[in-house]
Amino acid sequence: MHNRHLKFLIIGFITGFINGLFGSGGGIIVVPALVFLLGLQDYKAHATAISIILPLTLISTLIYFKSSIIKLDIALIVGIGAMIGSFIGAKFLKKVPIPILRKIFGGLIIYTAIRMIIL
Amino acid sequence: MKLFIISLLSGIISGMGIGGGSILIPSLVLLANLNQHEAQGINLIIFIPVSIVALIVHFKEKNIDLTSAKWIIPTGIAGALLGSYIAIKTNPDNLRRCFAVFLFFIGIYEFFKKDRST
Repeated sequence: MHNRHLKFLIIGFITGFINGLFGSGGGIIVVPALVFLLGLQDYKAHATAISIILPLTLISTLIYFKSSIIKLDIALIVGIGAMIGSFIGAKFLKKVPIPILRKIFGGLIIYTAIRMIIL
Repeated sequence: MKLFIISLLSGIISGMGIGGGSILIPSLVLLANLNQHEAQGINLIIFIPVSIVALIVHFKEKNIDLTSAKWIIPTGIAGALLGSYIAIKTNPDNLRRCFAVFLFFIGIYEFFKKDRST
């Protein structure tokens, strides 16, 4: 087994583990891993990440669903809202300065994280 | 209505390619009074329809590196099984604190990340 294959296996396990444990976060692990460890181009890494996270999310959703965690009525409302929102977001993508937005977003996330620890 | 507005806003941000679950989950917990388990479950299930649409587009444009995917998915499934079982066995308040620590590092990463694509 090559070094590259070992990397694949490790990246897979960590991505699946985080994505299952936190119900999110697979992308933030696997996209940089594909770019920095395996040398994929950005756009390929994003597309490949979705193809990896989808089956992992299916498995995790099934496990959550079996333990009656998933509330389908809420999921329907949130799903519709998020889908409309992501269309709007994608349209605005070229009109907003992403680097500045990323800084604001980073700051907001840090603040949110602290609030969630002390909640 | 509140739920819908939260979802719409988090959708807009993730449509721009940043965030996703890292915005939606805390919003559902802090603003809509869902517990950590419920918020994570919602984020997982709504990812499925959204990503299928995106995946079809990417597949047609041949953006997916199938070799990487083929190698990464099997251990990914093992990780997903383990991570999910730990999640459902963990008390939601403790899980929320662990999630918050993870979120904190995401925030740091996003804040200092350099944009190479533009």
